[in-house]
Amino acid sequence: MVATSHDVMPDIELYQPTDEDNALALAGTLGSDGWLLAGGQDTFGWLKDRNKAPGAMIELTQIDAWKGIRETADGVEIGAVTTLTQIAKNPIIQARYGVLAQAAGVVASPQIRNVGTLGGNLNQDARCWYYRRGLDCYRAGGNICYADSPEGLNREHAIFGASRCVAVSPSDTAPVLVALDATMVIANQDGIRTMSAQDFFIGPDRDIRNMTALDDGEILTAVRLPAAWANADFYFEKIADRNVWDFALTSVAAVIKTSGDIIEDSRIACGAVECVPRRLEAVENAIRGQQRSDELGTRAGKLAVEGARPLNYNNFKVPLMSNLVARAVRGKTSV
Amino acid sequence: MAYMHIGKDFVPPDVPGKVTGRIKYAEDYTREGMVYSRLLTSPIPHARVLDIDASEALAMDGVFGILTADDVYPDGEPQSTGLKILTNEPTLVGEPILAVAAIDEKTAETAISRINVTFERLPFVLDPLDSLAEGGANAYPGDQNTFVFRQGFATEKWTEDQVASFRAGNEPTGEPQQTWSLGDLEAGFAASEFVYETTFTTAGYPHHSMEPRSAMAYWEDGKLYLHGTSQSLTALADGMAPIIGVPKKDIVFINAATGGGFGQRARANSIPSMAIPAKMSQKINRPVMMRITREEEFTIGGARQGFQGWIKVGFKPDGVMSACDLYIISDNGGKGGGGDASSAADCIDVLYQPDALRFRGTSIGSNTGHRGAQRGPGQNQIAPIIAPILDKAADALGISRLEIRKINAPHNGDVAGPRQTPFTSAYVPESLDLATQQFDWEGRQARRRQRKGSKVIGLGLGQGYHNAGRSGMDGIVTMGTDGRLKIHNGVGNLGTYSYASTSRAAAEVLKMPWENCDVLNVRTDNHLPITSPQDGSNSIFTNTRTMFGAATDMLNKMKQIAANDLGGDPADYDVSNERVHQIADESVGYTYADIARRAMELGGKYTGEADLPDELAEWTQISVSRLAGSAFMGVYHDARHEGNPPGFTVTCCEIELDLETGKYAILDMVTIADSGTIVHPQGMENQLVGGAVWGIGLAGYERHVYDPQNGLPASTGYWQSKVPTYLDTPVKIGTGWVDLPDPENPVGARGIGEPSMGAVSAALAAAITDALGGHHFASAPITADMIINHLAGTEENAVPLAQNNFRG
Repeated sequence: MVATSHDVMPDIELYQPTDEDNALALAGTLGSDGWLLAGGQDTFGWLKDRNKAPGAMIELTQIDAWKGIRETADGVEIGAVTTLTQIAKNPIIQARYGVLAQAAGVVASPQIRNVGTLGGNLNQDARCWYYRRGLDCYRAGGNICYADSPEGLNREHAIFGASRCVAVSPSDTAPVLVALDATMVIANQDGIRTMSAQDFFIGPDRDIRNMTALDDGEILTAVRLPAAWANADFYFEKIADRNVWDFALTSVAAVIKTSGDIIEDSRIACGAVECVPRRLEAVENAIRGQQRSDELGTRAGKLAVEGARPLNYNNFKVPLMSNLVARAVRGKTSV
Repeated sequence: MAYMHIGKDFVPPDVPGKVTGRIKYAEDYTREGMVYSRLLTSPIPHARVLDIDASEALAMDGVFGILTADDVYPDGEPQSTGLKILTNEPTLVGEPILAVAAIDEKTAETAISRINVTFERLPFVLDPLDSLAEGGANAYPGDQNTFVFRQGFATEKWTEDQVASFRAGNEPTGEPQQTWSLGDLEAGFAASEFVYETTFTTAGYPHHSMEPRSAMAYWEDGKLYLHGTSQSLTALADGMAPIIGVPKKDIVFINAATGGGFGQRARANSIPSMAIPAKMSQKINRPVMMRITREEEFTIGGARQGFQGWIKVGFKPDGVMSACDLYIISDNGGKGGGGDASSAADCIDVLYQPDALRFRGTSIGSNTGHRGAQRGPGQNQIAPIIAPILDKAADALGISRLEIRKINAPHNGDVAGPRQTPFTSAYVPESLDLATQQFDWEGRQARRRQRKGSKVIGLGLGQGYHNAGRSGMDGIVTMGTDGRLKIHNGVGNLGTYSYASTSRAAAEVLKMPWENCDVLNVRTDNHLPITSPQDGSNSIFTNTRTMFGAATDMLNKMKQIAANDLGGDPADYDVSNERVHQIADESVGYTYADIARRAMELGGKYTGEADLPDELAEWTQISVSRLAGSAFMGVYHDARHEGNPPGFTVTCCEIELDLETGKYAILDMVTIADSGTIVHPQGMENQLVGGAVWGIGLAGYERHVYDPQNGLPASTGYWQSKVPTYLDTPVKIGTGWVDLPDPENPVGARGIGEPSMGAVSAALAAAITDALGGHHFASAPITADMIINHLAGTEENAVPLAQNNFRG
């Protein structure tokens, strides 16, 4: 058996482009061998454990065009290299998309938010500990899921949408962007394409090695928040073991348009229950035109977890998700 | 009593270094020619090393050598509990197999990745009950699963039915390895009005102290210089010398600051890995730095024992605890060790003084983190289990929760434990009164279980205990012709400042201004006396005795010299303003500088060259012999004290638990200590608040998680091991103390480190139970998923009484 080693990074080429073109050219040239680096909070653990071994890193933090928060004709555009702290404290985001400010403000810890970027939070890899440990699971190219086994430790894993892999989407901001119907701006050497946040995140049934639709050579450069959902009634709640540092056990993000107490339209998504942010369209349909109430919340919560398939250790996610959705629909934490 | 130093805040000398970052930990040292050592650790929970092929690694440029178990144990590995320096039969993932030294860490790591180790995989087990069951795998060498004191490794088995019955919630029926009892248990239960019986679990979890156990070593002029970590410099070095194989006189141990003791930096056999750079340096003749990673620290650092237990408690109609029957299977982890279970029973006997108590215990190994002392080993695990039981009894008997604790509280003059040892002093009722008054416990009762929306209020009252004092150590103080007092103190610098606090006892005796005192610690060639290992909450009691004694020896010598030179009897003299002088005429006397000069002129017993205490430890003798003749000296060997100096704590807390999420906020918390006279109020508050955070971790968060499929640990980092964060703890934790002196300590002090955790874990568990209408999880930790499952009536899939696994 060849030994494993830890806590020392291997030799890696480091590229530090200062403009978009150079970055995209490097990404195109290096392809799958070019590891995109921003805040490094998803990167350094992999590399120090030597469980990923890219040939080169492309550091994106010197590209000013991909930083900052800008007003646009149809809302707001956030550069993907903008830090989570900047988003959480930005007056425009706070005023119009407070749900995103709230979610960005509860990612991990202040230190991580100070360096971690929106792009990094959205593109981070699965946090399943078996996978991160470097085991040869499906997601790592093997033919087993250690978490979805009779003895698997799967307390944090999926209750929906498993397909060989049962890891969940770990991002706190991802369900918010799905709820806000955000648009992802993706660039490569040949130009720009856009897609909805909901389509950006992909499950293991489509690609078991990647959690987003980014192809080799592509970089997520910005996220656009539409004006259509600005200043809606927002609700975000993240439940984690600890109030700092931990990934969500379950989270919920809801944007709801109301007229009086009547729900005109809504978009609701949950985090940490599926490999992608789980959009709750059935709930949205069920509550449309209904009066917000405790009873409606309870019904919505029950509907939200229909079809859930908990694993050995995550039964609790079913009532937790149900309760969070109920709170989101009724719009308050306490009945 | 009016003191000059005792009971007053001061700035310990290491504080500027801590604040500025200038203070050095082992990793911060360098030495010319230093190379770097890295470890290859076992990826398998139980295995035997059949072959090591390091040829490719050793052929690399910049690689200087390899160290294996065969190098450090040429006569074979010792068949004893505890980690080895290196091993060929790992019994847990992460155990060090070999070390490689190279020009830098990257080269060393790359070299390690080119080493092929051939392992023979052996059966492994993660849950002691699985091993205890007939046919279950065994964790230890020789297919054995337990370690019997003075007998060695052995095998203990129950029938599968016995284990299944225990898991099903019944009293264990297997023969225990250890038992002791007090009083008539049967009569106690017969007299009971309320009897509560349950199985319970408490989780094992790692230390994860901030500073990993890194070490750097080099040899010079036949002496070993070892930069490492410890809870006590001399206690550690005294034990490390034979592990490395160097005479005590030839080891210099350097340790300016330690980033967390936690119980397993107290003794050298808890950190044999520090011998690796010493042995490697000896082999390759270069200074060697061995930096320990966070993941390695998880394994090397050790862990608390988990319990799989059964408890039955009876209370008389008047609330008196009439009987307690306790049976614990304790998880000995991968290397054996740990005696927590009996201490848990002792803690119940101390805190609640039952009419009768029976303890039965069996310790079984698992291929998980090695176990040993961790802040309140045993006492603190049982605290969150027993507190809700007191509350159930109180509710059932119609007695207030405070009153039932006062009814059963120990008092001055009481005895406890298997040997029925008397307390040196005990003021628990006073502590209960002070805590409940400061917290307004009675006033808050109206809020108990009040619900607002999805949130409900829970109130908890908890108690903690640990024996908090030892004796039999040595003290040295010296004074040069500058008249400054040098206090030679081997107590480690853990951030508790007890190395400085205990030194204040010497300054007190000589009425010496603190600014004219020099605390000599940091390195053992500062001629340090043997000290207690600074475990078991004993530093303040143990080492104020030695400091006080050494300074008193110097004081007596001052008086003798003055009387001889200036006339009169030594009893006619006293000290003040850095002078020894006649009481009747203060103008007749010597300054401290003069008396030190006279002592050096006289030599002999005044300078450590004659008439030394007979019982000085070997380590102290070496230090005194090196100082002899160079300074005026006070030397002291501390005789044994009588009785049990206890540390007691009481905690009140209020939580608001969200019934929809299982999360709770700790709204308020107050902890009160009974630990004798308070030597250093700021240090005391630090101990109470720090212990509170630990207690919150024990009751609510921390636990080992190992994968049953491959034995890999899943909680090796801070993220996964769930150490509480700032936002999981109260904004402010109120503190206070009874501050009544203990007669067995010259300044009245007793320790408090460990109980400060136990009371908080007890109070938090009681508050959670209270908020849930009395639902008793009988488990520590109680996590959000467990609460949600309970509230939703969701079936739990966890194996009952599981260890090293999720139980939610």
